[in-house]
Amino acid sequence: MNAAVISFPGSNCDDDLMHAIGTVLGERVTKVAASATTLTGFDLVLVPGGFSYGDYLRSGAIAKFAPIMPALKAFAAAGGYVLGICNGFQILTEAGLLPGALQWNTSLQFICEPEPLVVANAHTAFSNRYRAGQTVTLPIAHGEGNYYADPATLQAIEANGQVVFRYAHNPNGSLNDIAGLTNAAGNVLGMMPHPERAVEQLIFGTDGLGVFESLKEAIEEGAYAAN
Amino acid sequence: MLQTEMSPETIKQEKPYLQWGLTESEYDLFAEKLGRLPNLTEIGLASGMWSEHCAYKYSKPVLKTFWTKNDRVLMGPGEGAGVIAIGEGKAVVFKAESHNHPSAVEPYQGAATGVGGIIRDIFSIGAKPVAVLDSLAFGYPTDPHTKQLIDQVVAGIGDYGNAIGIPTVGGETKFAPTYAQNPLVNAMCVGVMDESAIQRGQAAGTGNSLLYVGAKTGRDGINGASFASAEFSTAEAADRSAVQVGDPFMEKLLVDACLEVTHQHQEALVGMQDMGAAGLVSSTVEMADKAGYGMVLDLDLVPQREPGMTPFEIMLSESQERMMLCVKAGHEAEVEAVFKQYDLDAVVIGHVTDDGRYRLTQGGAVVCDVPVSLLTDDAPVYHQVGKQPARLAHPAAAFVPAVSDPAATLKQLLADPNVAAKSSLYRRYDAQVQTNTIAGPGGDAAVIRVRGTHRALALTTDSNGRYLALDPAIGGAITVAEAARNLVAVGAQPLGITDCLNYGDPTKPEQFYSLQESAKGIVEATKVLNTPVISGNVSLYNETNGEAIAPTPMIGMVGLIEDLTTVTGAGFQTAGELIYVIGDTAADFNGSLLQQVQTGSVAGRLMGLDLQLEQAHQQLVLTAIRAHLIAAAHDVGDGGLGVALAEMTFALGIGAAVSLALPAAQLFSETQSRFLVTVPQSAQAAFEALAAGMAKLIGTTGGEMLQINAADGRIEEPVAVLQTIWEESLPCLLK
Repeated sequence: MNAAVISFPGSNCDDDLMHAIGTVLGERVTKVAASATTLTGFDLVLVPGGFSYGDYLRSGAIAKFAPIMPALKAFAAAGGYVLGICNGFQILTEAGLLPGALQWNTSLQFICEPEPLVVANAHTAFSNRYRAGQTVTLPIAHGEGNYYADPATLQAIEANGQVVFRYAHNPNGSLNDIAGLTNAAGNVLGMMPHPERAVEQLIFGTDGLGVFESLKEAIEEGAYAAN
Repeated sequence: MLQTEMSPETIKQEKPYLQWGLTESEYDLFAEKLGRLPNLTEIGLASGMWSEHCAYKYSKPVLKTFWTKNDRVLMGPGEGAGVIAIGEGKAVVFKAESHNHPSAVEPYQGAATGVGGIIRDIFSIGAKPVAVLDSLAFGYPTDPHTKQLIDQVVAGIGDYGNAIGIPTVGGETKFAPTYAQNPLVNAMCVGVMDESAIQRGQAAGTGNSLLYVGAKTGRDGINGASFASAEFSTAEAADRSAVQVGDPFMEKLLVDACLEVTHQHQEALVGMQDMGAAGLVSSTVEMADKAGYGMVLDLDLVPQREPGMTPFEIMLSESQERMMLCVKAGHEAEVEAVFKQYDLDAVVIGHVTDDGRYRLTQGGAVVCDVPVSLLTDDAPVYHQVGKQPARLAHPAAAFVPAVSDPAATLKQLLADPNVAAKSSLYRRYDAQVQTNTIAGPGGDAAVIRVRGTHRALALTTDSNGRYLALDPAIGGAITVAEAARNLVAVGAQPLGITDCLNYGDPTKPEQFYSLQESAKGIVEATKVLNTPVISGNVSLYNETNGEAIAPTPMIGMVGLIEDLTTVTGAGFQTAGELIYVIGDTAADFNGSLLQQVQTGSVAGRLMGLDLQLEQAHQQLVLTAIRAHLIAAAHDVGDGGLGVALAEMTFALGIGAAVSLALPAAQLFSETQSRFLVTVPQSAQAAFEALAAGMAKLIGTTGGEMLQINAADGRIEEPVAVLQTIWEESLPCLLK
């Protein structure tokens, strides 16, 4: 696995992803500044959490114009795996790489807490190491994680099996309890919970490891390429 | 502003400095030492630099008594933050600072910029900030104003800390009537660095450059240091222009850029300092003073947000997210290039001189020319004489609580906001970013892993105005002891402390008495517990309409865990663990939470504190944890054994059956130096041998009930019922 972590000004989970993939999994990982314009040679691109460009205007609204974005779109269009976490999910919806949008939590407050999730689809490149119906607990830490899509889009998402994780106890008002979903092609995942914060027993347990191990397996076997 | 046009003679006559907190005799002293009448800029700078916030003119004699050095301390008070060695070549850097006044006036920005300021103090030393803690105190949340205040302070802390990517891992939130008009907002930041890379805030070497970096200077927070050094009066309009506005995105860039300079351009950097209280003037003057040099600054070069700012405004603005660097001549371009890469302003605004003078120019004219020492060493120091308040000389009779139904009393205490779960507040803070958080908010102390080592740090903040109100000396010592107890309970060896000294007007002898006496208690406790004071600040003048808060020193303490397998929590782990109490229990109700809850205030003579006993109990717990004999450990604090036992059941919902040969009321006594620990049955013999009589077996964990048998009453309640009360109380009160 040869991963890139895009670092926008204001990203603050980029180093955590570097640690999870580089140190904990022992895989190749490179930090790429959002001012770069190419993503060649990578087989996975991660869009980290944080507050890109201060989240001014709206989460992800400025990041979608960053110099790296055309390369990211081209990478995704070519079937490359893209994982956006938290602010990364927000950026991917703003950029049109994922359907729907993320609104303010219904409480209108930032929420940081362990959140049990149910694996809705274990047949994706991001979840093949989990079992369908399995509950995993990952931390959430966001103010704008309330997933919304119009009824037709939502229906298509569900019909196509794009929902990968659902909240067991919906903390933010997301439609259909959606915590993470892929694009129609299945090679781009956005999720609000932080799998990279749950890869070591000492820190938060290891429920998040499955996401990265799934990707590793998909990449190495080439078995789950855009289907 | 009219001020620029005022001549030195007019200043002498019209005394505009009085509104900036400078007294007439201080003005006379300044003019006498200067040898001429100061102009408006010069006297304006004096008002900032001679404020209590910068010059510690009332507290200095007290602060001098603090014990600040042991063999681990690498840097003590006087710099941006203190530094302590933690082994494996690493050091921990920490400091706490109060932002009480700004938070009372504008709670969101006041709290946010409190966090921003303390973070800058940490990376100015060259350390990566790894954790923030907050110690907050409010009135009881019964009125809309207090509820709004709490909501906005929490939002301000969260929005700043969350965005910048430093986890808020702990702290405390206290509620008492004394803070209703004067909330306390104290923020602590902790950083980690290589021992070899410590930076100092100094400007040495003639001809070296002074590099201004970060946000532009605007008209916000003008002379905030003087504002923080005066009392509030509701008769005067709230002074919002003295509150700063924060931008965490800018600060994130500033942290990253400054640390890049520290790590990759170390040879170019002479010193670095935060522009905090009294902004540009205090940062530059202190840097020159520490190195024994002078400097000249061209104010036309200072990046400004708006035109037409006077020298007074530029120098005393407390605009946020600004740093001052001293860079070796010839290396300016390489350092500037780093900041440009982050889209930050980086401008040389002056240089170091060898004449010890502080010179400012604007539009080609000299607007200030004074000796550096006039703004620092020559600031007056007042040796106040304290006077014991009458209520302390003649304490009320001992409080005898009425506890006819101990279960009802326990529920009442669990619902009190001081004890009730604070998760509805701290869930608004990101506690996990940086992925080092082993134990976040809600426990006795937070625990974070130190990257690149096999060690962890334990962090806590503690304060207890109820005890100080009854006896400042013992109360001060207890605050230190309790902080250490909290660290020991998670398995850490206490290393050192930072403090925020929150008191009333020091010119009042009775207020000064509290400050002086509590310092005595703090000094004694820090010596016995081997926890020197390495940094801190003072916040005096916490008064509204002449009424002072209870003296409330906030102690932030850091401890070291050398073996990650010994991190211990307060929750019962399994059924069948043996429960021990360490330390005797007596009828200590004066100053207790029970007294506060039952009578609405505290009175009487405060319980004692035996520091030798305290130390012995802490040593026992630490040794037993390190020997893997302990499953769970908890400090016995507010609400006594009853509350502590209940809290231990909540983590995993495991109950307990306990018998105590005590009157039921004493389940809520707050006798000091006590711990509750649980021991696996397999470790019973080893633990009891180690404890040598200091620990008493009182029961066993298990079941879904908390059963406590006392001599004249019993508690028998489902854990789930108690936990619901504990968890739902605060959200309900804050609705």
